[in-house]
Amino acid sequence: MATQQTRSIGRIAVAPSVLALFLWMIVPLAMTIWFSFLRYNLLDSNPACSLMTPAALLDEANRCLAGTTNYYYFLTDPAFFKAMRNSLLLVFWVLVISVAGGTLLALLLDQAIYGRNIVRLMVIAPFFVMPTVSALVWKNMMMHPVQGFLAWITKSMGLGAIDWFAHYPMTAIVIMVSWQWLPFATLIILTALQSFDEEQKEAAQMDGTPPFSFFWYMIVPHLARPVTVVILIETIFLLNVFAEIYVSGSGGRAGNLPFLVYQYGLISNDIGGASAGGIVAVVLANIVAFFLMRMIGKNLEG
Amino acid sequence: MARAVSTRRKLFFTALSWTIAFLIFFPVLWTVLTSFKTEGEAVSIPPTFLFFDWTLENYAVVQERSDYVKFAMNSVYLALGSTLLALLIAIPAAWAMAFAPGKRTKDLLMWMLSTKMMPPVGALIPLYLVFRDLKLLDSHVGIIIVLMLLNLPIIIWMLYTYFKEIPGEILEASRMDGASIGKELIYVLAPMAVPGIASTVLLNIILAWNESFWTLTLTTKDAAPLTQFIASYSSPEGLFWAKLSAASTMAIAPILVLGWFAQKQLVRGLTFGAVK
Amino acid sequence: MGTISLKNVRKAFGEAVIIPGADLEIKDGEFIVFVGPSGCGKSTLLRLIAGLEDLTSGQILIDGEDVTDVPPAKRGLAMVFQSYALYPHMSVRNNIAFGLKMAGMPKSDIDAKVAKAAATLNLADYLERKPRQLSGGQRQRVAIGRAIVRQPKCFLFDEPLSNLDAALRVNMRVEIMQLHQQLDATMVYVTHDQVEAMTMADRIVVLNKGIIEQVGSPLDLYNKPNSVFVAGFIGSPKMNLISGAVAVKHTAATIGIRPEHIALLGTGGDVQGTIVLTEHLGSDSFLHVDAGEAGRLTVRAPGDYLGKPGQAVSLGFDKARIHRFDSQGKVLV
Ligand SMILES: Nc1ncnc2c1ncn2[C@@H]1O[C@H](COP(=O)(O)OP(=O)(O)OP(=O)(O)O)[C@@H](O)[C@H]1O
Ligand SMILES: [Mg+2]
Repeated sequence: MATQQTRSIGRIAVAPSVLALFLWMIVPLAMTIWFSFLRYNLLDSNPACSLMTPAALLDEANRCLAGTTNYYYFLTDPAFFKAMRNSLLLVFWVLVISVAGGTLLALLLDQAIYGRNIVRLMVIAPFFVMPTVSALVWKNMMMHPVQGFLAWITKSMGLGAIDWFAHYPMTAIVIMVSWQWLPFATLIILTALQSFDEEQKEAAQMDGTPPFSFFWYMIVPHLARPVTVVILIETIFLLNVFAEIYVSGSGGRAGNLPFLVYQYGLISNDIGGASAGGIVAVVLANIVAFFLMRMIGKNLEG
Repeated sequence: MARAVSTRRKLFFTALSWTIAFLIFFPVLWTVLTSFKTEGEAVSIPPTFLFFDWTLENYAVVQERSDYVKFAMNSVYLALGSTLLALLIAIPAAWAMAFAPGKRTKDLLMWMLSTKMMPPVGALIPLYLVFRDLKLLDSHVGIIIVLMLLNLPIIIWMLYTYFKEIPGEILEASRMDGASIGKELIYVLAPMAVPGIASTVLLNIILAWNESFWTLTLTTKDAAPLTQFIASYSSPEGLFWAKLSAASTMAIAPILVLGWFAQKQLVRGLTFGAVK
Repeated sequence: MGTISLKNVRKAFGEAVIIPGADLEIKDGEFIVFVGPSGCGKSTLLRLIAGLEDLTSGQILIDGEDVTDVPPAKRGLAMVFQSYALYPHMSVRNNIAFGLKMAGMPKSDIDAKVAKAAATLNLADYLERKPRQLSGGQRQRVAIGRAIVRQPKCFLFDEPLSNLDAALRVNMRVEIMQLHQQLDATMVYVTHDQVEAMTMADRIVVLNKGIIEQVGSPLDLYNKPNSVFVAGFIGSPKMNLISGAVAVKHTAATIGIRPEHIALLGTGGDVQGTIVLTEHLGSDSFLHVDAGEAGRLTVRAPGDYLGKPGQAVSLGFDKARIHRFDSQGKVLV
């Protein structure tokens, strides 16, 4: 399509982006790997260990190099298992709720209803709420055990108040994060439904296809692609949920992997340990990404 | 012609979807309502819905006590700055991939997508230290660069899918007309792609505005945007719900409005063009 | 000046060889038409001349100068695309002026040139409109206007009329030919419509699977096709091509004879047959005749011919007008 000349200019044109993203991906990752093998604590009295130069390191080799100690400590820290479990639980439940709920909701909104646009606006709103706001709103105004709105409802029904963040912190976080992502799933699946060819629907009606068969043989295959996309994108974001946990102060019991790394690094100043944790998170993300990309590769090609 | 739907069925679905939509929207609505209450009324049981003394006092107090405007301006700087900077390098890249693709262009695009899978915690520690040493912590420049890199893949993908819809012959015509590649980009491609570029900008402003990993970890006060401003309300002693609500309303309102406009583009952008 | 020479031009996209090797000399001021079936490489060849594609090997000279590695902007050519490729965000005026602006021409000169081009092309009333507010024919004229203001050495047209309806196409055809006379510039014109080729061209280049089958004036090609391919492609209705025993009688693998060179005789013709179908065009009638082992033949008859389907006819070939081809499809002299 293009000549050699435009292609060379093209290469120059993509270079800044590629270079920037390459550095963004490689440099911090390399440094994280490097740190993860160091005994490196910002509060450490031995300053040489916080210098990153190889020379300094060789000098003090026996004192600074930590080998796999950081990994050992991180992986055997009981907090790690909890964080890992919380990470996976969060991803799993939010995916289930948002995809199942989003599909049902999208099917509903695809029906002929009055005021569809307003309904759509209301449904999408949570997605635009910044995570710190939704954490505080849910923690205080919705789920507060005394003055929260949900407490008022449960009490009026005679069930008594639930202190969500104290007793069921994980459930509370799942509800909150699902609230943020349900709109996203709904919006995408609804868009896909609306692109479903009207003529195809009519042809099926002419053929006398029963509604259930129509749903199963026409709608479901059509939704396979948007649903995979939703799963992929939500997984990327959900593995990295941080602000909701940090701001709602539920890191102690519902903290996930990103939160634990943050704790190691910026709270305990254990750079080596935090880096090891970061690498564990990267490995986890890559495992998930690998399976997702394979699953999605199949779906997106067509 | 769609099949005629019976009115009863339509009414039923309408009632159902309005109810669900209302429940989903309720926390937002509740926040906005609470922001107009006095502190006493904000925590009253049973809650008051519309019949309370509406007041704007909270907004004034929030501005006075925690300087909303400063944080909001920071949010604007960071969102606009990172988006425009990204656009500057993304437009040529997307042009090249759409109109002068090589054998590896598809792989390159997938690779760019894959950089989004990198968990931020994998980069947090070194970035924090590098920023500390370069005095970039809590600086506009530093965060702008981070946000730019964060959203660059999405921007490139979005532009790419928009550019793909522009017939290459028009660009070739400009080449025949004697335009250099730079002029082709500025006078022909960019104006034709205005709607696409606008959507891209819109979506990325939204994403940058709400970004709350890096803004929480790398800023404290000088460059802190609204995410940090709200987080400062999480301390127990500072908890006054009406004020918290006013602050929250102010933090989300601009993006809520933009977001409602950008619904369609949002789908396309966030799905990397896979769903239009 | 505006001569173009192609010297052993080859083009391959990866493994697929599209143009295996083309040589061609285009003279100054000539109207040359590339014609051939869809996918035969006409557009590719034109785009090679334009500089929008790289040559795989070979050379292109414009006015004797090697432009093989010169970018399109610097070749001094103008191109009219099949899709018109107008700039949708610019007014007609700016569309036409764009090339001049790029060349850095002063504004007053640009205005004068645009006005002149608009007058030539009857576009003066539409200058402030956007392309989407124009009809197909008007868009086509804008695309041509954009080409002529730059006074290029040569115009390249890629099927410029194929998106127009039949009546408009005839009009535009005449307009382009008049333009050619006025401007006296070289024009290279791609079409798959052999009627366009016949009516417009000084010389026609017939392409088949990327190979130049024959180059010549329309009448040359019509009267002396040097292959079965050209014989079958040029002329409407198509030349009758007969193989088998009838051809062997003429010591050829295939013989060709045009419908107008077959006479309807009472008896004693070269072949006998029955009318299957008649098409009355008014001026002429074309008969489709089932002629046994000679196959289905098309025969031209007078406009008022009254023969009905089913009627037996005897067909006489004009001996001097029989084209003989060998088994490779090449002409036998
Ligand atoms: N960029 C490309 N990459 C690979 N193959 C191509 C490319 N462009 C054209 N081709 C192939 O080259 C051949 C010739 O294409 P070209 O467009 O020149 O045909 P054409 O004669 O103009 O046909 P039409 O009358 O349909 O326009 C086709 O088989 C086409 O598939
Ligand atoms: Mg073509």
